[in-house]
Amino acid sequence: MAEVVLENISKSFGNVTAVDDISMTIPDGAFVVLLGPTGAGKTTTLRLISGLEKLDAGSVRIAGRDVGLETPAQRDVAMVFQQYSLYPHMTVRENLSFPLRSPILRTPEDEISRKVNEVAEILQIPHKMDNKATELSGGEMQRVSIGRALVRDPQIFLMDEPLSSLDAKLRADLRVELKRIQADLGSTLLYVTHDQVEAMTMATHIGVLENGRLVQYGTPRDIYENPGSVYVASRLGLPRINILPSELFGGDHKGPQIGLRPENIIEGEGSDARVIRAEHLGDQTRLHLDLNGHPVVTLIDVHHGYPSGKVIKIRPHNALYFDASGARVN
Amino acid sequence: MAQISVKNVKKMFGDFTAVRESSFTIEDGEFFMLLGPSGCGKTTTLRMIAGLELPTSGEIYLDGEEISQRPPSERDIAFVFQMFALYPHMNVRKNISYPLISQGMPRAAVKAKVEEVAGILGITDILDSPVGGLSGGDRQRVALGRAIVREPKAFMMDEPLGALDAEFREHMAEELRALHDRMGATTVYVTHDQLEAMQMGDKIVVMNNAVIEQFGTPQEIYDKPATMFVADFIGSPSMNFLPFQGKVAPGTEAVRLNGHDEAVPILMEGAEGDLVFGVRPEHVFLSDTSGYRAKVLAAEYLGTTQIVTLQSPNGELKARIDARETVSPGETVGLEFRSQTVTLFDKSSGKALRSALNDEVIGNG
Repeated sequence: MAEVVLENISKSFGNVTAVDDISMTIPDGAFVVLLGPTGAGKTTTLRLISGLEKLDAGSVRIAGRDVGLETPAQRDVAMVFQQYSLYPHMTVRENLSFPLRSPILRTPEDEISRKVNEVAEILQIPHKMDNKATELSGGEMQRVSIGRALVRDPQIFLMDEPLSSLDAKLRADLRVELKRIQADLGSTLLYVTHDQVEAMTMATHIGVLENGRLVQYGTPRDIYENPGSVYVASRLGLPRINILPSELFGGDHKGPQIGLRPENIIEGEGSDARVIRAEHLGDQTRLHLDLNGHPVVTLIDVHHGYPSGKVIKIRPHNALYFDASGARVN
Repeated sequence: MAQISVKNVKKMFGDFTAVRESSFTIEDGEFFMLLGPSGCGKTTTLRMIAGLELPTSGEIYLDGEEISQRPPSERDIAFVFQMFALYPHMNVRKNISYPLISQGMPRAAVKAKVEEVAGILGITDILDSPVGGLSGGDRQRVALGRAIVREPKAFMMDEPLGALDAEFREHMAEELRALHDRMGATTVYVTHDQLEAMQMGDKIVVMNNAVIEQFGTPQEIYDKPATMFVADFIGSPSMNFLPFQGKVAPGTEAVRLNGHDEAVPILMEGAEGDLVFGVRPEHVFLSDTSGYRAKVLAAEYLGTTQIVTLQSPNGELKARIDARETVSPGETVGLEFRSQTVTLFDKSSGKALRSALNDEVIGNG
């Protein structure tokens, strides 16, 4: 496992800049998640590190070595894609062994068998080893494709939305499992997703991407509690942060825009807001309010009644402030 | 607008039972969800109400009139599919006008009606654009417009948001619900997404294996599940199931979990043998003083809250607690359960035992 350093990397396709001057360090043993919507440059960054795309500018260093001119195989990285591609005619054991049989690695047979069994244990699939890949469920297939990366012991794992094609329950299970595997092995892992729950729950560090630029890089807690802009603040948190004109609440304020997460809204005092609808999600109830023509969403006690049309009072508490361009004001 | 009543409706495809004897009533103006995993019979149920399938037996009433054998065109119901099909060679206005023109409505009336619908959907400015260049959201609005413009008695929607990405889906779900609140039209909506069902529905029918498992308001179904299937299907993370051996009788107020007495809502029926203690993650608390111990396996940070996975003597479970509490994987903690929310299940039947908590909801079937 190794530290990976990106220095001022850029990549354009025609006149579209996919990655725009990104610099970041992925520490040895870290679980780094790149978070952003479709088109933010997440996958291109991953492909630049793996060598599947060529850099226009900048450098990629893996364990201190500049890999700009190396082929993907020489870089010794392991990729896991969204669509698991297993060899359908092979058994699970053969699929897992395959990467180790590569002519570059030349692994002895007993070593292959030891590694494959070890990975099967980690992924909790030893009883499926002799099944054909086509006889597995979707979750098992994705575990095998992750396993195929794990047997290799590469410098870094690069994963591109590996859970997004799975159903919600399985995704939640594999989230915990993947995090545990990474922590147990001490692997360095770069993971790309647009799912904020995956980012928050698994990452040691989150890199938020916007239009090809890295706009903030920090721990999940840091990004959630100290976002540098409206854009970053809106990436994390459910329901999404409310961004409103500060003047709605009167008094002094540090900037023209105020950012309110549900925990920043105190009910019972302050400005009048009209209830539009209470949404019962079971473990939480979302209250949709109209504050002087602006929609506000907050959380309320699950079993409390809030009929539409009722007027309640709300005020900010420990709010975040932003300037007109969306940058944070402290 | 309409009340829809489904009575003992059953549908067979050859030997395969798609829907088993189902009955429920959709009140006038309700946003009604048919929820379940794929293959549970929810779409077949919807298609029978719309007239796209005929029931093998049973009746369907629309405003008191039996319609189960009538063709779709005589039911006055509009259908919105997952893949919204627009006429690609027509502009937005023509797409929305089409159902009215084919009914023979006069031009002037069509124009007025289309303008009105466009206003409701906020698409007035794109009325003369070709549909080819529209965004996914606008295409969906046009498809809705085509359904609304006919002023049908009810709308049937089959996973209309299924093809959209997560962020946009949430936005459209809000918009759809707001539209419903403005128009008040009876809507039947099929989805496999429990969050979507909870978020938008006035009432939910949960289906599994061609059978209705439960029928009620979202909060009722969440708090008082009638079966283990419902308890597991609704909520994320889903309800914790702690299996234990025991014997309970009407009047029982506590059960023994691994040697510890845990209070439960007063039971109104008895059971013996393999039982399950069901508790939602937000009703599990960490407590230094509790003798019921569990080992922390993982903690997942979610901003406001965190989800802690624990290994207890009765199996793995999850707790949703405040993000400010510190827990570290590997440590052992005590657990407490909010007793008045606990549901006990009979493991072999999968059914909830009747108690002071749920009697009102599941007592009458």
